[in-house]
Amino acid sequence: MKNTLRQLMHSSKFVVGAGIFVLILLTMLIYPLINPGNPLEMIGVGTFAKPGTYFSLYDALDTKTETLKLKDAEEKRLTSIVSMEDRVSMIEFMEKIGVDVSNVQMDDVDTILELWNANFDETSKPKGVTNAKWRNYKTLNNRLEKIGKEERAVYDVDPATNEEKKLKLVGGTDYVNVNTVTNIKTLPLGTDNFGRDVLKELVSACGTSILIGLVAGAVATFIGLLFGLLAGYLGGIADDIIMFVTNVFTVIPSFVLLILISYSIGQEQRGATVVAIVIGLTSWTWTARSVRSQVISLRNRDHVNLSKLSGHSLAKIVLTDILPYIASYVVMAFILQVSSGILSEAQLSLLGLGPKTTTTPTLGLMMNWAMLYAAHTNGYWWAYFPVILTITLISFSLNLMNTGMDQVFNPTLRD
Amino acid sequence: MSNNNEERKSCLRGVGVTKIFGSGSKKTVAVDHVDFDFKEGEIVTIVGESGSGKTTLSKMLLGLIAVTEGEIYYQGAPRDIKGSRKKKEYWKNIQAIFQDPFASYNMFHKIDDVLLDCLNMRGCKDLPMKQKIEMMTEACSFVNLKFEELTNKYPFELSGGQQQRLMIARIFLLKPKILLADEPTSMIDACSRSTILDMLTKLRDEINMTVIFITHDIGLAYKISDKVYIMEHGKFVESGEAETVIIHPQAEYTKRLISDVPKIYEEWDLSTV
Repeated sequence: MKNTLRQLMHSSKFVVGAGIFVLILLTMLIYPLINPGNPLEMIGVGTFAKPGTYFSLYDALDTKTETLKLKDAEEKRLTSIVSMEDRVSMIEFMEKIGVDVSNVQMDDVDTILELWNANFDETSKPKGVTNAKWRNYKTLNNRLEKIGKEERAVYDVDPATNEEKKLKLVGGTDYVNVNTVTNIKTLPLGTDNFGRDVLKELVSACGTSILIGLVAGAVATFIGLLFGLLAGYLGGIADDIIMFVTNVFTVIPSFVLLILISYSIGQEQRGATVVAIVIGLTSWTWTARSVRSQVISLRNRDHVNLSKLSGHSLAKIVLTDILPYIASYVVMAFILQVSSGILSEAQLSLLGLGPKTTTTPTLGLMMNWAMLYAAHTNGYWWAYFPVILTITLISFSLNLMNTGMDQVFNPTLRD
Repeated sequence: MSNNNEERKSCLRGVGVTKIFGSGSKKTVAVDHVDFDFKEGEIVTIVGESGSGKTTLSKMLLGLIAVTEGEIYYQGAPRDIKGSRKKKEYWKNIQAIFQDPFASYNMFHKIDDVLLDCLNMRGCKDLPMKQKIEMMTEACSFVNLKFEELTNKYPFELSGGQQQRLMIARIFLLKPKILLADEPTSMIDACSRSTILDMLTKLRDEINMTVIFITHDIGLAYKISDKVYIMEHGKFVESGEAETVIIHPQAEYTKRLISDVPKIYEEWDLSTV
């Protein structure tokens, strides 16, 4: 046992795979300590807030300001207000009304603005410009108006009288130290469609998904192992019956079966554990088949014969003379089952047949939500890409571990 | 080779014993309608080249694989080993030494377990540990092994010869009525070999054990056995008293086997190969 572990530690594939997996597990354990609370709490009212650090503007107004005269501040502000797209549309407009823009460089914002201010007249819509475009030009023009203003005013509105009272003037050179703002929230992966912290949700979902994978893997490996051992060792009619059942299950596409069972259980009864067991119940067949073939090659070995001659019972022979010899294989099969269990859950949930949505997030459910709220078509990558990456990493690490183990336990594969 | 003239009781008898593996075009007849009669206390040798069906026959005799056709009689009555209890009872009386000692042990079990199993089988389960160790030490000493050196070790830590001797030590603990020894001394040096064969012969005299040797070494067969069966392609081509068969062989195959034995002071005749 010790020796096997030492051998495994020499396999770089196994070490890398196990390393990634342990890292994921550690994140799952440690992150909730740093950022406690319900992972499904809706902190945002809007949907899909971008990843980043958010600080309260309300608090920032009361925070002491420092005046910093930074040279490039004005230019940065200008480039942020007049984006490349804006410049293109501005030049396009001026070309339309007959201004000569052939010498204008795209990065020369000042010239573009000068020309724009000289030629854009809000009151007269030129011919050949669609209404929609004209509206865009007008909003663009409004935005450009604040350029060059030294200060902007903040007003307080009295709710009773609806009277506006000027609170303070905020200058272009006023800066707030982020650390002194009372309320800051970092959302490394933004929020999802319900305004929930994606990272927190992801960590929790990752845990649930791995648990589903483990339960599914355990159920599948247990059934497969039991059937495989019995069919392989007993042979004869028992083998025929068990293999008949196994073949029937192999022929039925297990994913269709999975969908049907999940559907018939109903949304309310479908907790994470139930889904895991259902996945396990539909994916044991290949374990059974491969364990059976391993057992068949073992059962006629002399050490099994010797055990028989020593008067050992069937159970003892199976448990001590057969099982230890295929243990490494079973562990490998289990790891693959865990990996495929996680993937099956993701597939099922993506179709809306996963665990019920109100209690725990799973990786599949997160994908389902992202898909339902069209995150992928709107470019809200943070809602689904980290989930895909996590699923990939988990199954990659498990498969890598499996390959590493295969090389250790199966010396003919060593290079 | 004592008691040769006494009328002995039949111990294992076979009539038309056949084993066929596979079916259709892949059919292999491993053992083809063989008849034999092994008497109590006899040393019998089955000689044949590799692949002639010796090991298959021995597995059928042990009851590890089923007989396709024919009948085996055990102590005069048709052998009945249906069900695990009857099998267990049968295996108390018939034991084996397997061909390949490297494959014969469960690599997860210590040597002590292998030997203790034999004591349990003999019904010595409740004896005090001290007495058990004494018995195991004695059995090991019969085959030139030291139990103190083996205890707490795994079989794969021993050499092939040691593993084979350990296998024979089991027999000294079990003292079965019938012993099927499949190439029992293939990995043992010549010195230990004659000692062990001597010990086995003594054990035979002591408990009237039937020993069935399976070997391709016709010299060994001549030296120790009472009766010899010559096997070729699953059939017995010749059988009888060792002396008669080996000194005056009738079948072509036997003659070839005998001429193939290398002799120290003579030119080795390779013409028949």
